[in-house]
Amino acid sequence: MIQVEGLSKKYARQVAVNNISFSVEKGDIVGFLGPNGAGKTTTMRILTCFMPPTAGSANVAGFDVFEKPFEVKKRIGYLPETPPVYPEMTVQSYLHFVGNLKGVPARDLKRRTEEVMERCAVADVKTKLIGKLSKGYRQRVGLAQAIIHNPDVLILDEPTSGLDPKQINETRELIKGLSGEHTIILSTHILPEVEAVCQKVIIINKGQLVATDSVERLKHRGGSGNAVQVQLETAGVGDPVVVQQRLEQVSGVSKVLQTSSTEDRLTFEVESLSGYHVRPDVARAIVQSGWNLLEMKSTTFSLEEVFLQLTGGEAAVEGGL
Amino acid sequence: MRNILNICRRELYSYFVSPIAWVLLTIFSLLSGGFTTLITVAFVKASLEGQMTGQQTPMNLNEQVIGPLFSNMAVVSLFLIPLISMRLFAEEKRQGTIELLITSPVHDLEIIIGKWLSAVIMYAALLGVLLLDYIFLFVYGQPDWRPVATGFLGIFLQGACLLSLGTFISSLTRNQIVAGAVGFALALLLWILNWTTSFGNSGTVQFVNYLSIVSHFDGFVRGVIDTKDVVYYLSMIFLGLFLTSRSLESLRWRA
Repeated sequence: MIQVEGLSKKYARQVAVNNISFSVEKGDIVGFLGPNGAGKTTTMRILTCFMPPTAGSANVAGFDVFEKPFEVKKRIGYLPETPPVYPEMTVQSYLHFVGNLKGVPARDLKRRTEEVMERCAVADVKTKLIGKLSKGYRQRVGLAQAIIHNPDVLILDEPTSGLDPKQINETRELIKGLSGEHTIILSTHILPEVEAVCQKVIIINKGQLVATDSVERLKHRGGSGNAVQVQLETAGVGDPVVVQQRLEQVSGVSKVLQTSSTEDRLTFEVESLSGYHVRPDVARAIVQSGWNLLEMKSTTFSLEEVFLQLTGGEAAVEGGL
Repeated sequence: MRNILNICRRELYSYFVSPIAWVLLTIFSLLSGGFTTLITVAFVKASLEGQMTGQQTPMNLNEQVIGPLFSNMAVVSLFLIPLISMRLFAEEKRQGTIELLITSPVHDLEIIIGKWLSAVIMYAALLGVLLLDYIFLFVYGQPDWRPVATGFLGIFLQGACLLSLGTFISSLTRNQIVAGAVGFALALLLWILNWTTSFGNSGTVQFVNYLSIVSHFDGFVRGVIDTKDVVYYLSMIFLGLFLTSRSLESLRWRA
């Protein structure tokens, strides 16, 4: 549905996007991930024909953004970082205006407007001025605007930025609900968002493509195997080094690290070789040694760690949900 | 065409739902009403004095009331027009809605003409107030209607031309105050170019005088539609809209 090849965008003083290539299949929800200033917005603006690329090509729904911008624009719905709404208009009249602008046939306009208002849960405020709405509502009006002409491709630039946790959840659910009919690219710098919503991730940093893969596979890329976190009661243990040595003897364990020790509990990180299922053996070893096991949990590498690895660790990662 | 009308309708909605339209209409009706009253009172006084002293000075409603009224209102509109055009693109850029327009399947020219047209209609609404003042003159006197009609055509064309330049200026900035101030300066400049006639009648002076927006208006007030003046206004409108389209185009490359 979207093919990008060797895309670059240079401004007078800086290179915003440098030779990136990726493709998106029909029906995918793709997370476009990168720290602030990585070139996400620039790439999206090229895809939506807001600006032309300096080099390379992008093809959306079968049309080149530079050669046939009109055809691309008809098939794309775009929600910029700040929703492009007119505060002095009512929700309904605004959506009418956008529908007209996007070429929705006059006879379908009323029905489409009702539909998207229902879909994006803004029907209850349809006669209110957009300027008087809360940020969450305004964002949803922005989404309604993007889907009013039923586009093949939806491009959402940081759709959840500035929303409160409840609104973030609602917006994510809404986006997931849209995935059936539309191919969606959404940009974000919040990692949990990608895990929550997307099937595929494209990571860029400083204008360069760093990785493009499915969320599952990216997570596995972080480490060769799995890790288990073990917590013991300090009281029953003499020397922590003894514990470490005992755990290292369990078959399949590759590395044991003591990560913290407080007055009442000791924490170890036990990494295992891939293919081994070490947890039962580790638990048995601890109990047989007479130590009190308090907690045990597996810690797969989070996308966050993968992301930090890939972007050189200096990236500003925000917590989010 | 559908896009032009759609954009124009939305702009008009914005003018009339926000205070801009109403503030402008109020200012304009106060000023035009004031000028009409003052000029008419002076005219009536002069004609009474003429009768009392027995001097038979010819009194002409067209030359002594309608002409000066048009000239004054033309200058007043020079000051009000930047207030109409300043928001056209600057506001869209500031609120980010320009991204919506540019990423929609519409041509730049449709956006520009739609916006300019809405400003022209807004301006025509102001002239409607002026028309009310003239109706009173027709009720109580018998002026020739033809110079009134050409006067309206002239003041309308002058406004359309300044609005087109104002549209261009608005497309250069995201700050409405800047757009308003520059539009204002340009309107004043085009006005005072007219004063260069006092420097003689050389080719340069004639050329500069031709550029002045006010010098083209005088003919219309006298009831004369000169092709030269119409061409001036139309070419200025074209220039303004053309420059706007270049400016919008450059926005894509710079953005």
